[in-house]
Amino acid sequence: MRRLITPILALVVAHGAWANEGPALQDANVDLRDTASLQRGAKFFVNYCVSCHSASFMRYNRVAKDLGIPEKAVATDMMFTTDKIGETMQVAMKPADAENWFGVVPPDLSVIARARGADWIYTFLQSFYLDPSRPTGVNNVVFPSAAMPHVLWELQGVQRAVFKKEKNAEGKEVDVLERLETAVPGRLTDAEYKQTVHDIVNFMVYMGEPAKLVRYKVGAWVIAYLLVLLVAVYAMKKDYWKDVH
Amino acid sequence: MNAIVKQLTGLRDWVDDRFPLMTLWNDHMGAYYAPKNFNFWYYFGVLSLVVFVIQILTGIWLVMSYKPDATLAFASVEYIMRDVSWGWLIRYMHSTGASAFFIVIYLHMFRALLYGSFKKPRELIWILGMFLYLALMAEAFMGYLLPWGQMSYWGAQVIISLFGAVPVIGGWLSEMIRGDYVVSDITLNRFFSLHVVALPFAIAGLVVLHIIALHEVGSNNPDGVEIKKHKDENGHPLDGIPFHPYYSVKDSVGVVVFLILFSMVLFFIPEFGGYFLEDNNFFPADPMKTPLHIAPVWYFTPYYSILRANTVNFFFVPAKLWGVIFMGLGVMIFFLLPWLDRSPVKSIRYRGGLFKGALAIFVVAFVILGYLGALPPTPGRNIMAQICTVIYFLFFLLMPIYTKLDKTKPVPDRVTH
Repeated sequence: MRRLITPILALVVAHGAWANEGPALQDANVDLRDTASLQRGAKFFVNYCVSCHSASFMRYNRVAKDLGIPEKAVATDMMFTTDKIGETMQVAMKPADAENWFGVVPPDLSVIARARGADWIYTFLQSFYLDPSRPTGVNNVVFPSAAMPHVLWELQGVQRAVFKKEKNAEGKEVDVLERLETAVPGRLTDAEYKQTVHDIVNFMVYMGEPAKLVRYKVGAWVIAYLLVLLVAVYAMKKDYWKDVH
Repeated sequence: MNAIVKQLTGLRDWVDDRFPLMTLWNDHMGAYYAPKNFNFWYYFGVLSLVVFVIQILTGIWLVMSYKPDATLAFASVEYIMRDVSWGWLIRYMHSTGASAFFIVIYLHMFRALLYGSFKKPRELIWILGMFLYLALMAEAFMGYLLPWGQMSYWGAQVIISLFGAVPVIGGWLSEMIRGDYVVSDITLNRFFSLHVVALPFAIAGLVVLHIIALHEVGSNNPDGVEIKKHKDENGHPLDGIPFHPYYSVKDSVGVVVFLILFSMVLFFIPEFGGYFLEDNNFFPADPMKTPLHIAPVWYFTPYYSILRANTVNFFFVPAKLWGVIFMGLGVMIFFLLPWLDRSPVKSIRYRGGLFKGALAIFVVAFVILGYLGALPPTPGRNIMAQICTVIYFLFFLLMPIYTKLDKTKPVPDRVTH
C-alpha cells in the first residue's frame, strides 16, 4: 500500500514548496524498515551528538521499545546524562556555557530532520572542510560559517576544499568551490563513513516522528476498510436510486 | 421487535408534541426536495460539513493536551505527536483537515461560479457563504499560530503588521490585535481563545443560517433551472427528490471517497511536500531570528501574491497600503458577484464563450497567483503576479459587460441528464 501510494503522491508534490536553494544535496536514502541501521544510528547519535545537542522530546524507553533494544542495554550503553529510562535525551552542558564556547546554544535535534530534511543533514555531516579563518578550524559547504566543529573527524578524517577560478556576473574572478578532497584519512573508509552518516540520519528521521513506524501500517488498514465500505455504500446508493429517472 | 418500535415511535411522538422534531426533519431532510440532476460538483457542500465536524472533534481532543503558552506550545504539540495515545493521528487529522477545508470550500465556491448558484434568488445564501469563508480564513490564520513554529510566528507577524499600513489608526490597530508590540505569549493566548471558542461558534451559526436560507429557496442545479416551477398534484417538484434517502445515500458515497483521499494524505504524506505542514515550522518560534523566506500556507498564497504584486507608490499612497487594499478587495469583491453578473442564464451550460473564456482565464490566474505566493519574489515573478492580479480584478470588474454581451443558449424548461 505504502509503496503504491507514496510515489504517486510524491509525484503530485514533486517539488517541495520551499526547497532550499544552495549546494546540491545527496540523497540520504532513508529507510525506517532497516532496524539494524536505526539501532546503529541511535548508538552514534547518543555518543557523538547528545554531548552538545539535546533531543528533549525523545524518550529513552521509547527508543528502546521502537527499535527493539532491551531497556537494560539502553540504560548502560546509551544513557549518559540521566539514569531514568523514561527521561528524554537532555544535554549536560549548560546553555550559558554553550554560548560561551560556541557562540550559540546548539539547537535541540528532536525534529531537526523534519525542519532541515534528511538529505540536508546527510550532506552536512559529509561537508566539513579545513578553514583556518573559522574558530573551529573547519567550515561547511552546506551551512557556511556553522558554529559546529567537525565532531566526526576521527571517523571521516579531514577534508580540504579545492577551489577553481570562475568569472562571476560582473566579470570578476572569484574562487568557487569545486570539490572536497581528503587531507588526512580517518578511521573509516569513505563507504564506511557514508554508511555511518546514513545510520545517524536514519535515526534522526525516526526521532523526528516516531509515529512514522506505525503510521503507514495503520493507514493501509484504514484505507482498506474504507474501500470495503465504499463498495457497500455504492451498492446501497444504486439500490435507492433505481426508481429515479 | 414490534414492541421496541412502538416504544420508540411513542418517544418520538412525545418529543414531537413538545418540540418541532418532525417539522425540522421534514423541512431539511425527509421532505426537502432537491433537484435530481446534481453532479460531481454538488458533493463539496456536504464535504465541507464533514470536514467541519472532523475539525471540531479533533480540535476538542487537541485542546486536552495542547498548552497555549509561548514557552510550552511547541513542546506540547510534540508531546501530542509522541506521548499522547493516537495523538499523532488526531493532530494530523486536524492539520490535514485545515487544508482539506480550503480545498472543498474553493471547489464549493467554484461550483457556484459554474452554475450561477449566487444569482437571484440565492444572493443571501452566497453572502452568508462569503461570511463563512471570511470566518474560515480567520480561523485558519489564528490556528496556524498555535504550533508556535517559525512560520507560525513570522507569518502572524507579517500579516498583523499589514494592519499597520492603515492610515492614522494602523499602529494602534495592529497593537490591539497582537495585544503587544510584537507577536508574543499574549497574542498566542488570544488567538487560542478566538480559534477554539469564538470563531467555531461563529462558523457553526453561519452554517445553520447558510443551510436555512438554502432550504428556503431550494437548491440550484447544473442546469440552473428552478425545479419549483413544475410541481405534481402533491405540490412536490417534478424534478425533485427527497434529500433523504436519495441524497443522504448518494452523499455517503462521496464522503467515503473523500475519506479515502483524506486518509492517503493523512497517513502517507501529511506534510504534502511542505504545502500542508511547512518545513520551517519545525523550528520553534524565535523572535530574534527572522527567516529568509516567509510564506503563508497554500490557501492564502493567491492573496499574498496580490499583496506583494503592489510595488509602486502612487496617488500619495505607499505600495504597502495599496497591497493591503487590493488584498482586501480581492477577497471582498466576491460579495458583489450576484450583482456583477448580468447574464439572463445561470448555468455555464447555457452561457456563451465570453463567460466560459473569462472563467477559464480567471482560474488560471488564481492558480498562478497561488503558486507564486509560495515562492520567494524575483523581478520576473513580480511581473507575472502583477499581470495575474490585473486579470483577477478584470474578471469581476468587466463581468457586467461580458455577461451582458455574451450569447446565451436557450435554457430548457426542465432539468436534463
